[in-house]
Amino acid sequence: MSVLELSGITKRYGIGAAAVDALREVDLRVEPGELVAIMGPSGSGKSTLLTIAGTLEEPTSGEVSVGGLELSKLSRAEQAQLRRRAIGYVFQDFNLLAGLTAAENVSLPLELDGTSAKAARAAGLEALERLGLAGRADHFPDQLSGGERQRVAIARAVVGERRLLLADEPSGALDSVNGEAVMRLVRATCQGGVAGVVVTHDAQLASWADRVIFIRDGRIVDQTSAPDGPESLLEVDGAR
Amino acid sequence: MSVRHALLALLTEGPKYGLQLRQEFEQRTGEVWPLNVGQVYTTLQRLERDGLVASDDDAADAGPQKSFHITDGGQAELTTWLKTPPDLSSPPRDELVIKVLVAIGVRDIDVHEVIQAHRRHIVELMQEWTRVKRDAAPEDVPLALVVDAELFRLDSVIRWLDTAESRLRRAPKPEPSLPAESRGPGHGVPKSTPSTRKAGARR
Repeated sequence: MSVLELSGITKRYGIGAAAVDALREVDLRVEPGELVAIMGPSGSGKSTLLTIAGTLEEPTSGEVSVGGLELSKLSRAEQAQLRRRAIGYVFQDFNLLAGLTAAENVSLPLELDGTSAKAARAAGLEALERLGLAGRADHFPDQLSGGERQRVAIARAVVGERRLLLADEPSGALDSVNGEAVMRLVRATCQGGVAGVVVTHDAQLASWADRVIFIRDGRIVDQTSAPDGPESLLEVDGAR
Repeated sequence: MSVRHALLALLTEGPKYGLQLRQEFEQRTGEVWPLNVGQVYTTLQRLERDGLVASDDDAADAGPQKSFHITDGGQAELTTWLKTPPDLSSPPRDELVIKVLVAIGVRDIDVHEVIQAHRRHIVELMQEWTRVKRDAAPEDVPLALVVDAELFRLDSVIRWLDTAESRLRRAPKPEPSLPAESRGPGHGVPKSTPSTRKAGARR
């Protein structure tokens, strides 16, 4: 079962002559363990696609399913619960709360969802451990290195039962080596069974994905095909 | 890739045999540039002829057992080469640039589709290189450097394609063709196709 399924999604802003279609008839499925990158220029609709996938915005038409649940069939309260339980976001600047420890930052979404503090902390510690941060759980963000803060942000995005990781330019302000570190973590996290969608205009970041989808004027216009193994690349290069 | 200078660099570590040089060259370039042993010996012969290396064994038929060391002249040559910028001043005749320029003027061809076809192909190549880097051992820094160089080169092509697309979208649409007599003075180009106009504008 796909973790995320978008069918015939159209998003229209404004009405009448002023109406603009940010997305037009977009279909997208993301499977567990798959990392998909969405590439497009500013204004192409890629961020709108992410907010609709994250159920932060409703489409004008079309259907969004997360973990097999069709959003249009859920009440607002159920949608909010799904958002807290199933979907994690990684923001450009990581958005960690300075007054909370790493473990508290990671377990906060679960506590907001009504999970007991003890169970939330256990899930938070488990997520931190997956990201190799077990020893830093009780440190505050300003006691962590930049790389550790990235890991905390990713741990928060995949805490508990969260199986859909959405990231908008997740390494926007980082240099290329640190940007690569973020993508390595996102990639490794997806290999553990999470479905990931990363929106970016940066081809080097996008190339960490299994599949790169190109969006223009609100439409998916193209995508990369399943690649040959890296061996073919080295042979071609060696033959030069 | 200057095999000549790469061999000189390896010889700064001490005398080496041809086979050893070949093996170390491949290791240090992330095994991305395979080198055949014939190339190694031909290069060593030329370096010896130019006085940049010397063999430690006078026997001409020592073959693979012949070891080489770098001379003072070789050291100087290597230092100069390392600090000399490669020739980036004259633009290469890039086939991709030519294809996009030609596509602008061809009837029934959508230049945006041409750009996207190349963009997809390059991103697929970048995905393959990224997998090479992903699967490499963390301590294999030479391989990561070689892959980074290739990724940055391909990334610059993607950026050019993005810029080309954006320029083409913003460019004024070609005017409907006007009868020749209605043109003002100085408009001597007989048929104002987008490609001729753009090429003219750049000069």
